Amino acid sequence: MQAKISVQNVSYTYADGTEALKHVSLTIRANEIFVLFGPARSGKTTLLRLFNRLSDLTPGADYRGTILVDGQDVFALGVNVTDLRRRIGMVFAVPTPLPGSIRGNLTYGPHMAGIRDTALLNERIERSLTQAALWDEVKDRLDHPASRLSGGQKQRLCIARSLMLEPEVLILDNPTSGLDPISTSMVEESLYELKQQYTVIMVPHSVQQGARVATRAAFMLDGELVEIDTAERMFKHPKDQRTEDYITGRFG
Amino acid sequence: MSALPVTLRKRLRTLVRDVPFDAVRNIQWSLLDWREILIESLIRLAGISSIIIVGMIFLFLLREGIPTFLDIPLRQLFESRWYPNEGLYGMWPLIVGSLIVTVGAIIVALPLGLITAIYLGEIAPEWQREILKPLIEVLAGIPSIVLGFLGWIALAPLIQKLGAPTGLTALTGSLILAYMALPTIISISEDALYAVPKEYRDGALAIGATRWQTIRHVVLPAARSGLVMAVMLGIGRAIGETMAVMMVTGNAAFVPTFGADMALQPVRTMTATIAAEMGEVAQGSMHYHVLFGIGIMLFLITAAINSLAGRLVGTSGNRRRGGQL
Repeated sequence: MQAKISVQNVSYTYADGTEALKHVSLTIRANEIFVLFGPARSGKTTLLRLFNRLSDLTPGADYRGTILVDGQDVFALGVNVTDLRRRIGMVFAVPTPLPGSIRGNLTYGPHMAGIRDTALLNERIERSLTQAALWDEVKDRLDHPASRLSGGQKQRLCIARSLMLEPEVLILDNPTSGLDPISTSMVEESLYELKQQYTVIMVPHSVQQGARVATRAAFMLDGELVEIDTAERMFKHPKDQRTEDYITGRFG
Repeated sequence: MSALPVTLRKRLRTLVRDVPFDAVRNIQWSLLDWREILIESLIRLAGISSIIIVGMIFLFLLREGIPTFLDIPLRQLFESRWYPNEGLYGMWPLIVGSLIVTVGAIIVALPLGLITAIYLGEIAPEWQREILKPLIEVLAGIPSIVLGFLGWIALAPLIQKLGAPTGLTALTGSLILAYMALPTIISISEDALYAVPKEYRDGALAIGATRWQTIRHVVLPAARSGLVMAVMLGIGRAIGETMAVMMVTGNAAFVPTFGADMALQPVRTMTATIAAEMGEVAQGSMHYHVLFGIGIMLFLITAAINSLAGRLVGTSGNRRRGGQL
């Protein structure tokens, strides 16, 4: 299968000297659900924020190595960061609807990208919301404020907001933290739908969730990549003792 | 315990009975009682007394100022001649003076203040912010008389070079006032921007907004109520200021002739009038009452600004209702 994102020997050190990533190399394939798991502060978010260069917002950090998206170095000179972020959507642990209506939240990204055709936007709104399993709940109140949605709805709105730009990759950084079980299963179900069209990278809320959704998975610990394998083997027969300990709940 | 009225004791008992834990219910009774009640009444006393004091100030202002509006026909009050010695109490020049100076100050301070706050909060690197923020807060502490002095010595000659007959003009006052309002506007706006969750910025950037688009469409709307508050407090500071303005506006109680050089003419503000003349009037005279009348007008103006601010901030429900992105 084709490599969508290729991480080659990446190290990352924050300005305060924290080594967040140590020589990480991995490959993420197109149209898979790639699960990145590990204890807190193991470098998962740091790695994800490099993919769409949100790491640019962190001053003074030291970055080494190469990250290729579709074979192109994301840190190369002349890369259009805005364009990169449109191709690589990201949803955060905390739902972050922007101030404004549901519709406003959804059309914001396309507006910034210069898409203003109402018919096209409406079509995308319906498709994105359907993919995010939110359409039925909000179709009659698109002009209501996004802040009035429930936590689970807000998170699905954020997923839909990323889908509005028809990205190639969708990064979900612990999207179900703070969601109730029903909302969580709704988000999880929408993932299978998304996989058809997008490459999904996800930090799961728990090992169990990772095992439920993953095609392939990688286990990270203290900024190092411990193990990477198909979900089947990773969660049933891990090769590394540390992975096994973590999966079986012996630490972390 | 026994000193407490029976009804109160009952109320406290029911209150405690509702608490489900036995341990809590068995707290030493007498201890809980009187301390709680003492502290609560002290807090209540402090709260009520400040309300009473404000009310009394207002009553005093009314008592001294009302005769103005009863004895002098309204039309005369809004005439353009302020010659108290001859019994002419036309406040129009003072109102216009205050208006010109304040509006001028806002025109200068508002964009400058907001832009500085945006720079500090969103664009400046950490080390610059660490230097600038405390400096700006120090600026807020400069006594107004010092600024007035600066205006007199340094600013007025420059203004005179612009072609004004004297350097002490409405413009001079506006600039000094703007300078006084700036630290307030910057500091409070910056706090408002700072309070916008980082996730909002991440969210907007992650869907391909540029930095400026993020500020313009996400950060500023989210910080709206705080920004309005900053501006209103800035204006409040400008309109109520007295000493600096008295020193640099020339203090001529005339309505400036309308035109391009309006700002380059001397004016006198309402506050400066009170400050300058209060020392010389006979207590109880008409002039004395009129000065208090001006005080009432000022009070009404600031009250109007405050309630406007409250209304605008209140509609930060815009966030709740969902404004247009």
